Amino acid sequence: MAMIDLSRVLRAHPVRPPASGIARRRSLWERLHLDPWLLAMLLVLMVAGLAVLYSASGQRPAAVTAQALRFGVALVVMFLIAQLSPTTLLRWALPVYLAGVLMLVAVELVGDMGMGAQRWLVIPGVIRFQPSELMKLAMPLMVAAYLSRRELPPRLRDLAVCALIIGVPVALIARQPDLGTSLLVGSAAVFVVLLAGLSWRFILGLGVLAAAALPLLWMNLHNYQRQRVLTFLDPNSDPLGSGWNIIQSTTAIGSGGVFGKGWLQGTQSQLEFLPERHTDFIVAVLGEEFGLVGMLAVLLLYLLIITRGLWLAAGAQDTFGRLVAGSIILTFFIYVFVNVGMVSGILPVVGVPLPLVSYGGTSSVTLMAGFGILMAIHAHRRLLPR
Amino acid sequence: MRKTRQNLKSPEQELRIFRMRALLAVVLVFALTGLLMGRLAYLQVVQHEVYSTRSEKNRVRVEPLPPTRGLIYDRNGVLLAENRPTYNLTLVRERVDDLDATLALLVELLELPDEEAEAFRVRSRQRQRPFQPALLMSDLDEAQIARLAVNRHLLPGVEVEAQLLRYYPDAEVMAHALGYVGRINAEELQTLDAGRYAGTHFIGKTGVERYYEDALHGQAGLRKVETNARGRVLRELGRTDPVPGQNLTLTLDKQLQTLAYELLDGRRGSIVAIVPATGEILAMVSAPGFDSNQFVTGIDVASYRALQEDLDLPLYNRAIRGHYPPGSTIKPFLALAGLAEGVITPDKTVFDPGYYQLPNDSRRYRNWLRWGHGRVDMERSIAVSNNTYYYSLAHDLGIDRLHENMDAFGFGQRVGHDVFGESTALMPSRDWKRGRFNQPWYPGETLSVGIGQGYWQVTPLQLATATAVLANRGEWVKPRLASRIGDEPVPLDLPETPEDITLSNDAWWDRIYAGMEKVLTGSEGTARRTGVGLEYRMGGKSGTAQVFSLGQDQKYNAEELAERLRDHALFMAFAPLEEPQIAVSVIVENAGGGSTHAAHLARAMTDAWLLEDEEPDIEELREVLENDDGSVAGN
Repeated sequence: MAMIDLSRVLRAHPVRPPASGIARRRSLWERLHLDPWLLAMLLVLMVAGLAVLYSASGQRPAAVTAQALRFGVALVVMFLIAQLSPTTLLRWALPVYLAGVLMLVAVELVGDMGMGAQRWLVIPGVIRFQPSELMKLAMPLMVAAYLSRRELPPRLRDLAVCALIIGVPVALIARQPDLGTSLLVGSAAVFVVLLAGLSWRFILGLGVLAAAALPLLWMNLHNYQRQRVLTFLDPNSDPLGSGWNIIQSTTAIGSGGVFGKGWLQGTQSQLEFLPERHTDFIVAVLGEEFGLVGMLAVLLLYLLIITRGLWLAAGAQDTFGRLVAGSIILTFFIYVFVNVGMVSGILPVVGVPLPLVSYGGTSSVTLMAGFGILMAIHAHRRLLPR
Repeated sequence: MRKTRQNLKSPEQELRIFRMRALLAVVLVFALTGLLMGRLAYLQVVQHEVYSTRSEKNRVRVEPLPPTRGLIYDRNGVLLAENRPTYNLTLVRERVDDLDATLALLVELLELPDEEAEAFRVRSRQRQRPFQPALLMSDLDEAQIARLAVNRHLLPGVEVEAQLLRYYPDAEVMAHALGYVGRINAEELQTLDAGRYAGTHFIGKTGVERYYEDALHGQAGLRKVETNARGRVLRELGRTDPVPGQNLTLTLDKQLQTLAYELLDGRRGSIVAIVPATGEILAMVSAPGFDSNQFVTGIDVASYRALQEDLDLPLYNRAIRGHYPPGSTIKPFLALAGLAEGVITPDKTVFDPGYYQLPNDSRRYRNWLRWGHGRVDMERSIAVSNNTYYYSLAHDLGIDRLHENMDAFGFGQRVGHDVFGESTALMPSRDWKRGRFNQPWYPGETLSVGIGQGYWQVTPLQLATATAVLANRGEWVKPRLASRIGDEPVPLDLPETPEDITLSNDAWWDRIYAGMEKVLTGSEGTARRTGVGLEYRMGGKSGTAQVFSLGQDQKYNAEELAERLRDHALFMAFAPLEEPQIAVSVIVENAGGGSTHAAHLARAMTDAWLLEDEEPDIEELREVLENDDGSVAGN
């Protein structure tokens, strides 16, 4: 039985059979547990991101240096995580998840306010920590760990358990309030369930249920969140208030044209009409200064990364690995889609950064840790006992 | 253990499902990315023009450069209206975090009453365009500027901005003649050329400032600047310089104007002086005056109410809007009309028994001297201001010819060339009475008009102008306030100048002048005390007017009432007789005591203008006025 399974896997992922029974000589990359293609594309993205950041930060080298340093840290984190074996990840899924939930509860009780939301957990003098970031990884690991032990496609009872696993932390994060992160954490978990083979009837049913729950959701939104939705529907209703961001960002992108105004030449960006231009709205700087050509190039790079990621996920040894890897890479896409969609005015404003381009340390580290998991799952596939 | 679980699960099926779902995910990822790309192509290719323009508009701001308002000088180059640099307080709302706190702090720093905070709040909302400064307060003093500077770090979005503000050094004396500028109001804003007035806050409201608004204002320039989102100007992209307003040189003589104001000495009244040959207005005073500078920065409600409720009506320009019965001052003009119409000759006499009676009417129209002046010829009729002579003259002329001839001297018309807000006053006629009262004209009314009473009303400017025309032997020159606009002189011959007055015998003018000279120097002259010690030949005519209340519905006490019921004193004069250089009209309200008060003031004016180095002594004049009870003067 196991043999047949393996042959199918091998057919999908043809690997050279080990030569004459001796372990095949592993390449440098394999020994490092890294995927060179993925790594190369990520590095290109980071370098491009730093170039845009230099312009978006008002040409402050300090911002670029700080970001490069964070990328360095993130790369180290990725490398270290890549060394872990999937079994380790599977073992750690539950404890990490539980720790994350506990910390979210702690944030709820004693968390530090920052930017009008309670997101930070602070041990004075030691660390400032955002438990919701940890949850971005702990969540898919936990759901995948749970589902990989059940018979798939999941049954109703399994789904109920999943709903609980997902619902508690997502609700806690949404309460902070941090709609962007709760969206990312939630979708990471949902992707696991979808990839595990949630039946179409369920998907349809959930869709209907979600539509029915919309009014309820609306009533529970904070005023500023409602305002964002209203502004999205008609940015000109409040052009100086909440509509300002989106009017200025679409103006920046649109005025860039096909070839852009040139690096450091974007008037919207350099003259500070564009708000949050080095964080969530950095893609508007890209669009203004590098035009449609620059935007398509970057989107293409993202597509390549995602395709490569999905390829690696499909090649994973077991269900747990596949689900985790698939979820991580699709969540990565959600970052890109929500961010670019919001800045270009087809989605409401939600605080989601452009991965590896927007200024910010925490999200870069989390993202690269995710790629670390991806590479761990990929690199360790042949080390698993057959 | 692992094996049993694997038996329960189906890795093959799980893999298949995963591959299906992953494939679906790839399709979805590509589709959504395609959506993003489509959106970007729409923004950057299809709508590129729209957003390019919008981005340009964001970046480039057109700032108006208001022109500097032209200065106003008197005939000797003395500055009457200047532009003083002042400091204004402005606020950009978009840059203020907490508007209430900022305004409260400002009110505290500037040591203003708390109510001002509300006024500030209203003003801070006035401008709609983002990042445009709103004017909170003008004319900050140095202490306020210093306090703002020290606390600058607490006041983001608050700026102290330099601006030129109109200033009138001799506001009280000049207020009525010059007028003043004030903030452009909503009504004016609608009719103004927005481009010309971009960036201009002030506009001429009355007087010369109003009449010559076009020339004084100039043309606004503009500059294109690149700004950042906080509205800070980063660099200039281009500019068109403003065209400054033209300077204005007036015909007014500041010294004479000031003297006239001082002569009135706090009384209500008006003095107008004109150069007969040129129509140049040397002085045009209405007293009391007011501080027109208050109106530039915006007068506060309490001060404005005080001015409006003042019984002396300081805001009322008596020189051009005051309606006074001319009294006997018009007798020389009526005599001229009689000569022109052949009703009298200079030597024809009328016997005055002390009264006049219309044929078939028992009513007696009295001379001011009860027992009469006896035989009166034309010159004597002017010198002693005989009423009977003029009753007879008016009756013989009839109202129609009387009206026509007085019309020729400008009575009942606006006579000034560049005098804003002038009133026509009233020269009555048959038509006027029918239109006004729907009644026929009665012969008795002609007699009243004949001694300058009844319906007849003149303004001080009209009386001075008629006097100038008389002094010119009938030659008309329109009175004017401006002599030069920029470098262009105002021509002597102005459009709409009335026709000159001609007499069949030119010598008759001299006979009229002779009568007018006797007013001052004749043994019977009504102003013979004023004529004592004249160093040149002067002609004049006195007049008293029964009180005509200027303001209606006034409340005042008994003492006030008595004072305000006294007659107005009038005098018109010109000098020297041979070659007139000044014509003057004086009206002193409720001066009483016949016309002597006005006569003394007129003499002081001509002395000041004609005699070199003659410093008129106001104290001495006060004494003279006190001692002269008008016992010699008649009408």
